[in-house]
Amino acid sequence: MTPPTPSAAAPLEVTDDSIVASPPPSTHKGSESRSPGRLAWTRFKRDRTGVISAYIVIFFFVVAIAAPLIAKLYGKDPYTTYASQRPDLLNAFSYPAGPNGGMSSEFWFGIEPQLGRDVFTFLLYAIRNSLGIAVAASLLTMFFGIVIGVTAGYLGGKTDYLVGRVIDILLSFPSTLFFIAFMPVVYSFFVADDDNIPTGLRAASLIIVLSFFGWATIARLLRGQVLGLRVREFVEAAKVTGASPRRIVFKELLPNLWTPIIIQFTLLLPAYVTAEAGLSFLGVGMIDPTPDWGVMIARGAQFYTEDFTFMLFPGLSMVIFVLAFNLLGDSVRDALDPKSKR
Amino acid sequence: MSNATPLLDVSGLTKHFPIKGGFPIRRTVGAVQAVDGLDFQVAEGESLGLVGESGCGKSTTGRLITRLLEPTAGTISYRGEDITHAGRRQLAPIRSEIQMIFQDPYASLNPRQTVGKIVSGPMEINDINPAGGRENRVRELLEIVGLNPEHYNRFPHEFSGGQRQRIGVARALALEPKLIVADEPVSALDVSIQAQVVNLLQKVQQELGIAFVFIAHDLAVVRHFSQRVAVMYLGKIVEIADRDDLYGNPRHPYTRALLSAVPEATVDDDGPVRERIRLVGDVPSPISPPSGCRFRTRCWKATDKCANEAPPLVQVEGNKPGHLTACHYPETEALIPARLSKNPGAAA
Ligand SMILES: Nc1ncnc2c1ncn2[C@@H]1O[C@H](COP(=O)(O)OP(=O)(O)OP(=O)(O)O)[C@@H](O)[C@H]1O
Ligand code: SF4
Ligand SMILES: [Mg+2]
Repeated sequence: MTPPTPSAAAPLEVTDDSIVASPPPSTHKGSESRSPGRLAWTRFKRDRTGVISAYIVIFFFVVAIAAPLIAKLYGKDPYTTYASQRPDLLNAFSYPAGPNGGMSSEFWFGIEPQLGRDVFTFLLYAIRNSLGIAVAASLLTMFFGIVIGVTAGYLGGKTDYLVGRVIDILLSFPSTLFFIAFMPVVYSFFVADDDNIPTGLRAASLIIVLSFFGWATIARLLRGQVLGLRVREFVEAAKVTGASPRRIVFKELLPNLWTPIIIQFTLLLPAYVTAEAGLSFLGVGMIDPTPDWGVMIARGAQFYTEDFTFMLFPGLSMVIFVLAFNLLGDSVRDALDPKSKR
Repeated sequence: MSNATPLLDVSGLTKHFPIKGGFPIRRTVGAVQAVDGLDFQVAEGESLGLVGESGCGKSTTGRLITRLLEPTAGTISYRGEDITHAGRRQLAPIRSEIQMIFQDPYASLNPRQTVGKIVSGPMEINDINPAGGRENRVRELLEIVGLNPEHYNRFPHEFSGGQRQRIGVARALALEPKLIVADEPVSALDVSIQAQVVNLLQKVQQELGIAFVFIAHDLAVVRHFSQRVAVMYLGKIVEIADRDDLYGNPRHPYTRALLSAVPEATVDDDGPVRERIRLVGDVPSPISPPSGCRFRTRCWKATDKCANEAPPLVQVEGNKPGHLTACHYPETEALIPARLSKNPGAAA
């Protein structure tokens, strides 16, 4: 649940590791050119781990997006308690009757103990919901981090000082504790104490709280980057020609910030996936019956001594996703910034 | 100097960088007196060399002229118009006429933009649409600075330092400026490349009639390039003169010290070997410069008068008109090495 560390200092130079072997520009042909982005892409494609991780990550996102479609083809949904219509699915102790958690050609990943829901569709929707929340929170965090960080860095002076202090304060909070403490507060903001909290509101609150505590890291990193960039001579060159602050930020600074931004995003998203699951596990995030990785693991934890299969699928899929995403992040960082490589 | 309105007129130009400190309330505890009361003019089409050791305020001066920095005091006028505190919008009409070439060819080009974008950017910003289109104009400019126009779509990292500096020159030329401030444009380049770039700038200056403020840290580079030369020390101009006067008849001890470090003037074919003046001690801090004459801590002729009275920049006895020196005890003609006085500007 810790926000990503600002380890990834942004590479400002574009490095071309093949440049030694290549002839100077005057000798090779006209218009084809090797943009910094292309070079990074070429480097990335050479990295087997990165490419495999990318496929795994893409697979998860496809599953998340196509979950309703897959569920439809498969013919089940995550909410129906199949055991109430067919009591033979569960045994006397409310555990799946069949072996391996009730896995069969009908229920691919088995049946949930007690309620008898379908694990496969539940997991599909859990991935969909969890990734949705994590992606939304990451995007919102990045947005605020970028806007605030770039503004503070570019304006400098009092704005920067003020923003800097706010960031210091935010970063000194023990964020895990505050997530847990703050979620109920945020809920009570919107609904009376004894009302049911709508699912959408829970998701929105999670996104808001994660972003609120997350933007500071991004902002601090980008502020530092901008402080370094804005005194670079190419920014002065733009000013001398009369460029507006707007143009300087969007045309001169931002293109040079994409590397740290992308790197931060690759660190942030898996961190948020685990944070979201953690909060839901602790009961302050999403709650049953909303399909969610954390909810599933929390339920699995109740039964794992009797029915390990139910714990296995959400646990394993999450570990695979987070691992693949982190490896992908590493590869992306190496591709964008070859000098940071070990 | 003619008596017509000069292109650029700088008087009393001062820049003090405040030093902040203190906790918890930050306040100004001192100031770096980077530039302190400069007066000089640049005529249309003229090249003024600005020379001095590292940290003497050359870049600050350049940045003040191009209005990248806000002057603390003094005035800058361009064609008689006061631009000392003009804002971005007020400057807009003049922006295209004053351009800058930077020292570091690696930092001065945005690594994420193609050469085409870099050079056409100024035209885009100022909404200039040359006949035949911007792309054509960029290709033309690339050709002028000696680059292959086909490199339009390349990125800066694909070029060498010298080539990058040419791109910087092309960018500065894109707006057809009347004045270019070149801040040590060649000092980051290999010696073998330096001459090429200086020649390019010289060609540009002569063919396009652009005035230059050419900043350098030694007198050798400027000698080939500038009709007039100003020598700076710790934020002040200590001597300013036409090139031949300055190299042939340096009156300020510091100018002489700098000149003695110029290799081509040190050894003479027939005349006596020129004395080499070694400056002892470090440049004092611009936070608390010496009283009176700022050069006195390193000057071999310093007296009490030097410590108490700042020497004004004036035409001292024996100087030609326009040759100003700030020294109480200017050097005399007799000390000038034979070759320099015989054949001034030989290298030009
Ligand atoms: N933004 C700034 N804030 C504070 N001090 C500054 C700033 N810019 C320059 N200075 C100080 O002003 C003095 C003059 O700096 P400047 O860059 O003009 O020197 P310079 O003559 O160009 O030297 P160099 O040959 O090293 O480029 C230096 O002491 C420098 O430390
Ligand atoms: S005024 Fe005095 S200290 Fe300054 S340069 Fe002249 S002789 Fe030296
Ligand atoms: Mg400088």
